[in-house]
Amino acid sequence: MAPTEARRATRPVSGRIAAGVARGLADHLGLPTWLVRAAFVVLAVSGGVGIVLYAALWITLPISETESDDRPDRDRGADGMRLVLLATAVVGVLLLLAALGVDVLGGMIPPLLLALVGAALVWQQADDTQRSRWASRAGRLAKDTAASTATAGRWRLVVGVTLVGLGGLALLVGRSGPVAAVQALVTALVLMAGVGVVAFPWAYRRYTDQVEQRRALIRETERAELAAHVHDSVLQTLTLIQRNVGDPDQVMRLARAEERALRSWLYTPTGDSERSMSAALQRAAAEVEVSYGATVDVVTVGDAPIDSRVGALVAATREAMVNAARHGGGAVSVFAEVDESVVEVFVRDRGPGFVVDDVPPDRRGVRESIVGRMARNGGTAEIVTAPGAGTQVRLRLPVVSA
Amino acid sequence: MNDGRRLRVVLVDDHALVRSGLRAELGDGVDVVGEAADVDEAVRVVTAQQPDVVLLDVHLPGGDGRAVLDACAESAPATRFLAISVSDAPADVVSVVRGGARGYVTKAISGEDLRAAVERIAAGDAVFSPRLAGFVLDAFAAGATDTSADPAEGEPDDLDRLTPREREVMRYIARGYTYRETAAELFLSVKTIETHVSAVLRKLQLSNRRELERWASARRLT
Repeated sequence: MAPTEARRATRPVSGRIAAGVARGLADHLGLPTWLVRAAFVVLAVSGGVGIVLYAALWITLPISETESDDRPDRDRGADGMRLVLLATAVVGVLLLLAALGVDVLGGMIPPLLLALVGAALVWQQADDTQRSRWASRAGRLAKDTAASTATAGRWRLVVGVTLVGLGGLALLVGRSGPVAAVQALVTALVLMAGVGVVAFPWAYRRYTDQVEQRRALIRETERAELAAHVHDSVLQTLTLIQRNVGDPDQVMRLARAEERALRSWLYTPTGDSERSMSAALQRAAAEVEVSYGATVDVVTVGDAPIDSRVGALVAATREAMVNAARHGGGAVSVFAEVDESVVEVFVRDRGPGFVVDDVPPDRRGVRESIVGRMARNGGTAEIVTAPGAGTQVRLRLPVVSA
Repeated sequence: MNDGRRLRVVLVDDHALVRSGLRAELGDGVDVVGEAADVDEAVRVVTAQQPDVVLLDVHLPGGDGRAVLDACAESAPATRFLAISVSDAPADVVSVVRGGARGYVTKAISGEDLRAAVERIAAGDAVFSPRLAGFVLDAFAAGATDTSADPAEGEPDDLDRLTPREREVMRYIARGYTYRETAAELFLSVKTIETHVSAVLRKLQLSNRRELERWASARRLT
């Protein structure tokens, strides 16, 4: 297709039989896919123009970067489909040639076909590599799929190259006899070796340059990401601190919050407070620190994925942290431990403590948000406190084996 | 604990600000007999002064805390080291503890706690911050504790396991309990708690558990 057009034709990743040229073209031209396919077949059979055209478009059309999943089943069965198609095409061409009076079984036709099939396999492989590279960049392809694609791809490459080699060899032998074939082969090898020797330094330079460039790019990207992060958080916080020098509490709070953010960014790059209990607790602690100006130290052992029950546990813990930060004074210690049978969280402060029975019934913090919430989710909450002895909240949530 | 003699302490940190902060927090209870800002200077000062305790920053120019520990193992055999760091990366902490430090505290520690930690280290005990206790529980995680065999005290010689009692002590420390508070909770003497913590420290230093190796080798910051 004309690449100057604003809307470029692309080859879709799914819903294709061979390389997606027909479907991409059909989508682009607004024609039914079968019509375009039929046209290609007709053109191919009548003199091979279709094949050349198809190959040319295959090379020039880029892969569509928007995945269209409307016909995924088609794609899954496509490998078998492709084989059948290929076999049919080969047989058809042979029959056609035989009908035209060409000596099909002798002469140069079979080796040529062999080489062509091999080349097609190798090309397809290059195409798939490009596709999977794009897919992994988009992060949609699971790792194991990529790995299995790579193994299958290697086999295809080997088979393809072997076929091309065999085809070429058969061609030579068929044309000029075994002795001449070997001579030609040796000549070809010597020539290739010569070209290799001449071109090697240049090719090697190119290759290392490219590797180096890619590395530099990766480094640059990392540096840029770090710079962006430092700018977004650290520099902002430093500015805020300079503005608040008169207010030590505020400065302390800012510094603690920034420290926690930077720490979690540096040491737990995978910490996702939406999914990991440990990350969620760290985040809750950071929020409580910012809101109440207390110091909350969180130590976690093991981790659990967040479901509704663990989510409730985190919420109850947060409430306990808030209480401790509000009434406790001093540092709040949070310890969470996950083992096979139970998740336990301890929230402790060294404040004045209180008498549990003296808490008025309308104070919903402890009764509803901690005790009630844990009970509703099959867990328990226990509050150990006495005037002058600090407060400890102990939350237990049995792990439900599915 | 210190026989009426004031403890002699050396501070090793590459930031002068941190050193003066530590000096102020330690107060008059101890003699700060030297300071050092990098590995070579640290080794020189510690060898010359033979202090009771060295407060050792985990990250130093010209190597890290581990390098100081290795170099001083022979030149100052009586000196004990307390690792002190802002870093939370388990790799760094485990590395210095396995290098011979008898404890680990963060730079955010209060003056009172720091003085107590220095005295405890000088007396030959171990100091675990809640976070280090958490690391230990994580490293010697489920499956490593032998609850079936001997419920009383487990097998004292197995370096790859914590006894149930040691595990219990670690959990209290991770929850922010002091040794004294832990002792009260478990109806044990403070001395017994110290013994348990020292035993855990020894396991941490000598165990071959894969998690420890992994942490010790997988330095995330270079």
